[in-house]
Amino acid sequence: MTTRIGVVTFPGSLDDRDARRAVALAGGEPVALWHRDRDLHQVDAVVLPGGFSYGDYLRCGAIARFSPVMESVIGQARAGMPVLGICNGFQVLCESHLLPGALTRNDHLHFVCRDQRLRVENAATPWTRDYAAGEEITVPLKNGEGGYIADERTLDELESEGRVVFRYLGVNPNGSHRDIAGITNEAGNVVGLMPHPEHAVEPLTGPTTDGLGFFTSVLENYLVSNA
Amino acid sequence: MSGENGKNGKNGRNLDTVEHAARTPDTEQPWAELGLKRDEYDRVREILGRRPTGAELAMYSVMWSEHCSYKSSKVHLKQFGDKAPHSDALLVGIGEQAGVVDVGQGYAVTFKVESHNHPSYVEPYQGAATGIGGIVRDIIAMGARPVAVMDPLRFGAADHPDTKRVLPGVVAGIGGYGNCLGLPNIGGEVVFDSCYQGNPLVNALCVGVMKHEDIHLAKAAGTGNKVILYGARTGGDGIGGASILASETFDSEKPSKRPAVQVGDPFQEKLLIECTLEAFHAGLVTGIQDLGAAGLSCATSELASNGSGGMRVELDDVPLRDSSLSPEEILMSESQERMCAVVEPGKVADFLAICEKWEVTATVIGEVTDGERLEIYWHGERVVDVDPRTVAHEGPVYERPYARPGWQDALQADDPARLPRPADGKELRAAVLALLSSPNQAAKSWITDQYDRYVLGDTVLAPPEDGGMIRIDAETGLGVALATDGNGRYAKLDPYEGARLALAEAYRNVAATGARPLAVTDCLNFGSPEDPAAMWQFAEACRGLADACHQLGTPVTGGNVSLYNQTGEAAVHPTPVVGVLGVIDDVARRTPMAFRDEGQLIYLLGDTAEEFGGSAWSQVAHGHLGGTPPRVDLERERLLGEILIAASRDGMADAAHDISDGGLVQALAESCLRGGKGARIVVPDGADPFVFLFSESQGRALVAIPRSEEVRFTDMCAARGMPAARIGVVDGGSLDVQGQFALPLSELRAAHESTIPELFG
Repeated sequence: MTTRIGVVTFPGSLDDRDARRAVALAGGEPVALWHRDRDLHQVDAVVLPGGFSYGDYLRCGAIARFSPVMESVIGQARAGMPVLGICNGFQVLCESHLLPGALTRNDHLHFVCRDQRLRVENAATPWTRDYAAGEEITVPLKNGEGGYIADERTLDELESEGRVVFRYLGVNPNGSHRDIAGITNEAGNVVGLMPHPEHAVEPLTGPTTDGLGFFTSVLENYLVSNA
Repeated sequence: MSGENGKNGKNGRNLDTVEHAARTPDTEQPWAELGLKRDEYDRVREILGRRPTGAELAMYSVMWSEHCSYKSSKVHLKQFGDKAPHSDALLVGIGEQAGVVDVGQGYAVTFKVESHNHPSYVEPYQGAATGIGGIVRDIIAMGARPVAVMDPLRFGAADHPDTKRVLPGVVAGIGGYGNCLGLPNIGGEVVFDSCYQGNPLVNALCVGVMKHEDIHLAKAAGTGNKVILYGARTGGDGIGGASILASETFDSEKPSKRPAVQVGDPFQEKLLIECTLEAFHAGLVTGIQDLGAAGLSCATSELASNGSGGMRVELDDVPLRDSSLSPEEILMSESQERMCAVVEPGKVADFLAICEKWEVTATVIGEVTDGERLEIYWHGERVVDVDPRTVAHEGPVYERPYARPGWQDALQADDPARLPRPADGKELRAAVLALLSSPNQAAKSWITDQYDRYVLGDTVLAPPEDGGMIRIDAETGLGVALATDGNGRYAKLDPYEGARLALAEAYRNVAATGARPLAVTDCLNFGSPEDPAAMWQFAEACRGLADACHQLGTPVTGGNVSLYNQTGEAAVHPTPVVGVLGVIDDVARRTPMAFRDEGQLIYLLGDTAEEFGGSAWSQVAHGHLGGTPPRVDLERERLLGEILIAASRDGMADAAHDISDGGLVQALAESCLRGGKGARIVVPDGADPFVFLFSESQGRALVAIPRSEEVRFTDMCAARGMPAARIGVVDGGSLDVQGQFALPLSELRAAHESTIPELFG
């Protein structure tokens, strides 16, 4: 039996197809989840993909948080299901309070699309266990509102608990506090990041294949936890 | 809008019905304010046998505008059909919303470039954003899934204060709309020239993919079929955009035209894409049309005209954003993100259910009738009763007078040979840095990095590569490549040659990626057709492009004409933007532009002559524009294309880069910087180093060949008669032109990449 990874499509989701392709390339079974459907269709993990859910006209991710599918995702995430939020998905996770902090407009005020170097700071989450701690990877980054902010106490807490999962290397592309590109929750099963690992899974279409590890990691997690 | 027109029927009072119009032949009508000429208004009266109602006048005025009717350009555009080369690949030709090309394996591709020039000057963000929106809807109306966009842009002088208003707005608009829509932006151009100061050119290209069996044409056939308007509600934005904005020159005396610019909602458009394609695939659609320029006037009259002609529409059923709109305004509104579908009665419920799934507003507003009249009702009364063909397809056609301008001879006689040139290695070095850091020749990554090039996960090549490339089948690797080009400086010197040069360069760019060029779309940006000089430029460019397409075997499948790019007497350079589509059987075979590995051999393909008319060097070093543009030999371009495609297919070339504006040195610098590797270059014996490096002779490309393939590659070139000169090797960390100068890549990169951010960042 293959591992079923759900990928949510909100109206305005854009990278949902790419996320499903990445899951398939990693050997998992992608399952399309629809925003109006509370049923998660027995998936083992969930990806909230990039895009502009509901147009993001209010605050990025602010409306998606209230969709029927998110009620189930939030419940399952609290129960320990691995959840990965990429870009808009990260924003949804913050708006849902599954992750602390918020994403704000890039400090230079422009949308930016670039190949971004990252350091994997925490290789113990279900989404990063195929990396080595300290490993450097390059994956695309593309956002207009990707500046990660939180109050100093939260940032200190994230640092001391090892919950900063990715940090920007070279250039901080959006003014994120402490160069934070991605974080995890206290339990370590929910990970959000601004860069796009699903766009770095094939040599022809990505700058690298460094992103594939996210999707192989979660499959391995499932095998391990069900062993 | 005039008060006269606004009064008609706003509250249902004084409604100008067909009967009322027939009874009141002498009522004064605001035809001039709506952009019609006296004789055009008279012709409308003649067609109808009475004066038009206010609503009919609104429809005729927008549909007979230059923008919608092509009344000045039609007689010249005819050549694209008359001279079209035979092509088995062409499935749908000119005349539909976009042409369709067979790319094999059961796939078809549709692509088109359009202008949104005037709105983008008035309101840069929304103008550019809705330009993307409009072209994307043209593609989905053909039944295709949009897979990429490109943006050929022309702005005024880079250091002019108004360019700082227009460019950032346009770029943010393209990014804001395209990124949110989820379409990768895979190419285009950015060119600065003071001739575009009051008339920037904002063109947008979209390409879409479908299976052969999914091609859909816009028509309303079948009595009783329902006409469904879906998408955004209709508001007061963009009223008269086609007639008042796009079909007149700007005049500083008149009030601001901002209200004539539409406002875009990319989220709504994304839903429209998904909803439309789902309805297509479910087999629910008989005919479909997007609402762009001229809004409902265009959609209803074109759908009806393409069918049997009969249609009845209830305007009261159009969902409105502003309930105070008059029937005239509803018919003229260019509110974005709307489409019109014709659906069989038994399928209406399923169609509406798909719209509901995507939360898209959809309303039945009418039906196809068995007559030949388009009848539109408001509050139960008939306000339009016309033969739709007279609105949509039988508008006025003008044979505008044209004449070669008096200054053309003097311009061509002003030979750049008289200009002082760099005399030694030190001066050459300075000239290279000046060229590469000039706004036109500098890196445009500050702009293209504001566009998402990764979304959809099939982008194989994107800027600064020669062409954009998209994979369309992940199993087989089938893909398409696209490039747009159009050098206004060349076209100013000789519009006939300029159009041929535009095609030659776009063709070469596509071939450089390894794809085989198949078909052409064009956006012809010119000055006022009422100016005989601008009209001559237009006529010459059409003739040149049609001839060149015939010779290269690449038919024009569709496109757009933008006239009136003129403020007062000052017209833009004639700017024919040509987009070429090519196909590649396996994208894994694509040829990128970067020098990646030390030891790769650098070959220059083609002949270099002393050609500096319209060159980047003459502009950068001397602010000069004169002489004649480089000579075009299309048979040579075809041969070069064959060599580049064979090198890609057979794995002989590691890199290829087209040589165009800026000459060889520009291409060398770009390939070095892209791969982060230097090059050691030897000027061939007897060649003048300056001409070798800066000339813009056509039919040339740069290739990097692995040593293991050298013999096979040079044998192929020799056998086919393609001049190929080994001019150097990929090596070190400098661009080193031996005996002349060496430029460390760090210095080159700083010069090339800092200009645009410093100007606009």
